[in-house]
Amino acid sequence: MPADTATSIDPSRRALLVGGLVAAGGAAIAAGSARSQTAPDPMAGHDMSAMASDPYAAPMPGMAHGNMTTVGLVDHARNGFDPTPMLTDWDTGSAELLPDGRTLRTFEVDAIDKEIEIAPGIFFPAWTFNGRVPGPALRAKEGERLRIIFRNFGSHPHSMHFHGIHSARMDGVTGAGLIGPGEEFIYEFDAKPFGCHLYHCHALPLKRHMHKGMYGLFVIDPDPARQSDPALTAVAASRLLGTPENANWQEMAMVMNAFDTNFDGGNEVYACNTVGQAYMNVPIRIDKSRPVRIYLLNVTEFDPINSFHLHANFFDYYDTGTTLTPTQRTVDLIMQCQAQRGILEFSFAEHEDGMYMFHAHQSEFTELGWVGMFDVRGPEA
Amino acid sequence: MSEQSQPTRSPLIRLFLVLLPLAAMLASFVWIASLDPLRSFNNGAPPVEALTVERTILDETGIQMLVRAGGSEAMVIAQIAVDDAYWSFAQDPAGPVARGDTAWVRIPYPWVLGEAHRVALVSNTGTVFEHEIAVAVPTPKADAGQLRLQALVGAIVGLLPVALGLMFYPAMRGLGRQGMNVLLALTVGLLAFLLIDMTGEALELSADAAALFQGSAMVWLAALASFLLLMAIGRWRGQPEGLALAFYIALGIGLHNFGEGLAIGGAFAAGSAGLGTFLVLGFALHNVTEGIGIAAPILRIRPPLWTFAALTLLAGGPAVLGMWAGSLAYAPQWSALALAVGAGAILQVIVEVTSYLMRQNPDRQAVLFSPEVLGGFLGGIAFMYATAALIKV
Repeated sequence: MPADTATSIDPSRRALLVGGLVAAGGAAIAAGSARSQTAPDPMAGHDMSAMASDPYAAPMPGMAHGNMTTVGLVDHARNGFDPTPMLTDWDTGSAELLPDGRTLRTFEVDAIDKEIEIAPGIFFPAWTFNGRVPGPALRAKEGERLRIIFRNFGSHPHSMHFHGIHSARMDGVTGAGLIGPGEEFIYEFDAKPFGCHLYHCHALPLKRHMHKGMYGLFVIDPDPARQSDPALTAVAASRLLGTPENANWQEMAMVMNAFDTNFDGGNEVYACNTVGQAYMNVPIRIDKSRPVRIYLLNVTEFDPINSFHLHANFFDYYDTGTTLTPTQRTVDLIMQCQAQRGILEFSFAEHEDGMYMFHAHQSEFTELGWVGMFDVRGPEA
Repeated sequence: MSEQSQPTRSPLIRLFLVLLPLAAMLASFVWIASLDPLRSFNNGAPPVEALTVERTILDETGIQMLVRAGGSEAMVIAQIAVDDAYWSFAQDPAGPVARGDTAWVRIPYPWVLGEAHRVALVSNTGTVFEHEIAVAVPTPKADAGQLRLQALVGAIVGLLPVALGLMFYPAMRGLGRQGMNVLLALTVGLLAFLLIDMTGEALELSADAAALFQGSAMVWLAALASFLLLMAIGRWRGQPEGLALAFYIALGIGLHNFGEGLAIGGAFAAGSAGLGTFLVLGFALHNVTEGIGIAAPILRIRPPLWTFAALTLLAGGPAVLGMWAGSLAYAPQWSALALAVGAGAILQVIVEVTSYLMRQNPDRQAVLFSPEVLGGFLGGIAFMYATAALIKV
């Protein structure tokens, strides 16, 4: 580990950063304590002050589960990415028509070392794709020719290993697109099969490269023209980005990840899209008149599984997203091992307006940051 | 010879010769700080961070902890997780904690009586400092009832046994030389046990203190300093014996009882000791020999009655003070320091009682290995060891 950082961080920049962090951290703490005392918390209400039957159980005035929170706010501008816009920030690259009539879609992805703030005041020396964690949510259409120009500006060898169908030469393992610092490689393959996939760095040791932040969503939308059943054609059309059917959906990219800040083989901060409790501090606005579709991926290292639980509602689930009919219907909880992913579809059309929670149903993950709120209202509200 | 050949210098030149190296030191520090010739050692590694929890208070407002920073730079407590749940907290004073400084963190966490909690303080670099609350109980508060209760416990473990031991005084007065030898050797034996016990305790406590206190060095040096100072004071006007020696023994034992009070009070506050009647009686039995030891050097004289009260207070009273300090203002480094000073004092009385014992006998060296002395010494250690089994939990 010392060797890793030695080459990666310019000492003067580091000193500057640390100085800034000290100041910012102090401000964050001050801001945070002020917030926890004043702001009405959506979780308030379960008041511990009621319990006092035991003479030793001291009364806890003003204490509620609303205190289960990180203190302060993350500076998203300094991170260079914000979990809220990230939900809908699909990278579709640039498209051009090939002589044979197919579309050639080109993505550009750079590996960059970057220190990011993963919870208020806690900084993590990440390895990133395009300076963000998770990396860009790449999105293409089934059958397109894909070209990914990958440049390594990091301090270690990296690669992009796509979960998809491609040749051995394009696999992103040693000798097949794993490149050293300063090098470039172009991955080329067809977009198939349609579904909710991922890519990640496959340099060794894999654990370190995964949990340092080198992963992202890789979504291939189904081509409606390839479906013969009219019902399935409609479903495929609703999944294809850019169609009128698709425009009605509220689509979101969510990556369940975690960070081992002290490198002891266990995670200190759990999150959805990197920043712990980001969607508690800024709930996700849901227009209840339109259906919701979540592209969900688990990349949590060290823990065998992660999960997604939706409060007060049920959803249909398409494991790996490679089918147009749900693999699980009417559930409110799904589990994913690392690299497992899928599509969740649900609607709040019949619900009262309000704050609806979602979180991992490993309570530990929830309380260490992987928890958020849907702010469900009508389109006009 | 050489002293005479030393050339005499004017005071001005002497002053100059002192100022020269000081000026050179100042100049070199300025040079190092401004030009930073050690820059190339900076390999980009994050600063070393250290955080020590010195006090933990559990009450109706939640958990409060006094933490001391000891890293290479001021450090920031970014978040606090209790039992793997990030929790809101307030830090006083707010902001980065400078090296050597302390800050209170107050966490409104609904702790559970009698159960364990684990507090993790996460710094801005993601370093985690864990602190375990082994058994959560409300921290005693400094109200009159609490102080009275602790004074009572302190009196039972400190004052009562010393007084009981001193009550053997009339019975012991008729002893001959051999009996005296046994008694003095017994005293040295029990003091030797206390010395070992206290030193171990002090070293153990000092390991919990912040690194900048250099726990182990502090304990040994404090013990050495207290030993030397007490030796010097004691021998100001000849070797102490009689009443003076009794008072030195009482002082050493008093410091030991202060440490014992600290330990009981600290364990009480930390919830690790239920302080049952059995435990308190164990302490009392353990300490009865202390009174006998104090009485040993004054068997040949007839001291006024008030001296017995004074000796009892000096030897047993500190247990009460220790109880208060241990439960209300506990910090590992100060407790270790108190125990180390006590260990030095115990060593002083071991030396003085041994030399008194030798002076009482014509064959000074041989008496140390006579059956009665060796027997008394080992008997004293054995008694202390056996009764200590009652109180070690």
